[in-house]
Amino acid sequence: MTILCAGINHHIAPVDVRERFAVANHEIADVLHNVRRIEGLHEAVIVSTCNRVEFYAASICPELTLDGLRGYLETRTGLEAPLYHHDTPSSVRHLFRVASGLDSMVLGETEILGQVKQAYAVAAGAGATSGTLNRLFQNAFRVAKSVRTETQITRGATSVGSVAVELAGKIFGDLDHRRVMVLGAGETSERVARSLVSRGVKTVIVSNRTFDRAAQLAGEIGGMAIHFDHWQNEFPDVDILISSTAAPHPLVTRERLEPMMRQRSGRPLFIIDLAVPRDVEPAVNRLDGVFLYDIDSLQDIARRSLAVRQSEIEHCERIIDRNVTDFVGWLRRRQHAVL
Amino acid sequence: MERYWLVAASFCFLLSFGHTLFALGSGTFRPARFNLAAMAGGFVFESIFLYQRGQIVQTCPITNLFEVLVFLSWSIVLIYLLVGPAYRLSLMGAFTSPLVLALLMLALLAPVDIVTPRGAHNPWIEFHAALSIIAYGAFGLACIAGIMYLVQERQLKSGRVSELLLNLPPITDLGAINGRLLFTGFLLLTVAFVAGLAAGIAVAGIKAGVSFAIWTLYGTLLAMDRMRLLPTRRIAGGSIAIFIIALVTLPSVSHLAAP
Repeated sequence: MTILCAGINHHIAPVDVRERFAVANHEIADVLHNVRRIEGLHEAVIVSTCNRVEFYAASICPELTLDGLRGYLETRTGLEAPLYHHDTPSSVRHLFRVASGLDSMVLGETEILGQVKQAYAVAAGAGATSGTLNRLFQNAFRVAKSVRTETQITRGATSVGSVAVELAGKIFGDLDHRRVMVLGAGETSERVARSLVSRGVKTVIVSNRTFDRAAQLAGEIGGMAIHFDHWQNEFPDVDILISSTAAPHPLVTRERLEPMMRQRSGRPLFIIDLAVPRDVEPAVNRLDGVFLYDIDSLQDIARRSLAVRQSEIEHCERIIDRNVTDFVGWLRRRQHAVL
Repeated sequence: MERYWLVAASFCFLLSFGHTLFALGSGTFRPARFNLAAMAGGFVFESIFLYQRGQIVQTCPITNLFEVLVFLSWSIVLIYLLVGPAYRLSLMGAFTSPLVLALLMLALLAPVDIVTPRGAHNPWIEFHAALSIIAYGAFGLACIAGIMYLVQERQLKSGRVSELLLNLPPITDLGAINGRLLFTGFLLLTVAFVAGLAAGIAVAGIKAGVSFAIWTLYGTLLAMDRMRLLPTRRIAGGSIAIFIIALVTLPSVSHLAAP
């Protein structure tokens, strides 16, 4: 029995190609039903995410199965499928790398493990898996857990938005009841605000020199727009300030902030200054309860985290290699026993 | 013979501290049960020691400085075991273990295990003394929370994301925990003082003076925290400073069960 992996991912195909081959959740059972008719194919799992569409199959005749798969996909999409493919053992290694986040666009991201688990659960539920793929996927989940716990591959945040969210969590813990003010509706501040909203922030106030732009962003992220002249009135109740205006001089100075901080009953203030030139005077960081980060410090944190993750790849590969050897050994023993 | 239990407890606390340092250094620290298990193991050994000592001295084993140090260490671990898991403060064990280890080492190595003549058995006095030390246990843990707060604040202010920052609890939570532990300790100490007054203990001047001064300092700090008169970092600093004062003056109030 050979384990075959065939698919397309972000390394070889742009999104406009990937989306043509994507299999929506509600279609997976049907597609599984169809591919199981392919000659030589005994078991199958389909992993379909925004970055990849991959078919894992246990087959006694991998060449025929691969041809059948290509034919099926061409019929389904009307396109020639630019598939890569792997046989045992590289297909096993590939799955272990995918589940561990080593093949992801953001190295070490953990969302993919949940997606692989979901894909396996759907296939198992549809009766499309048996001894070989059951064992393979259980091993993949175990390997991904080992990689996550024994290395630093998931350490830290690797984008400005996720760094901001991580720091906000380390200051406030739960973000549900925190108030965010976006001062200057730029692209980066919008991304940071969206990241915070995705982590539970419910109150976002947007202020921009052009009120229409503030209203547009507020509408998109479920916030409230205010005129730029009024931002200081709302400021005392804000927990997180994201600032990215084009002002030539600092808008928030130590002299202005100090009396406001005294009215906050000890509540901390997290300031994310994305503007160049900076909107917030650096001396503000010396005030009790104020935590100021500018764009350089956020990018520096993201870069360091990514460097740590990259330095861990070799360690992760060693864990994966060890497990690939174990799994292939099990597969061989199983085949000998059957013979 | 019962001292061997303390050696075993020290080993557990050392294991907890060493494991956390290694895990933080290698970047593989995960909030796990290991710290809790090691601290719980140390607590069990200390409890066995205190039980056996209690059997020997036929009273609550806080009759000399040696026993007071062990009882204080036991109280800090007790409060940690109650508070730590509730607030998911896995890393607090790593900060607590060196303090309790230092107290045990001091007890074991310093010549302070001196037999002290006892007065008549009075349960009120024992209650007063035991509760006072448990209150100090809460203050000890408030001191630990204060240290964690200041470490986390320094990390956040410096703009560096270290392994320590990633694993320490949110700074807002640390400030809140510090305040709650100060309140718990102050409440216990107040009840202990009331019990002492109810027992009609005639206390030596210096002991009464030091005890009252510590109680006043904690009361003032707690009031300032509740009324938001001081920033949280100052409250954290105050928790550390007053606990150090309490430890330094401990010998003068060590014979708590004695008049």
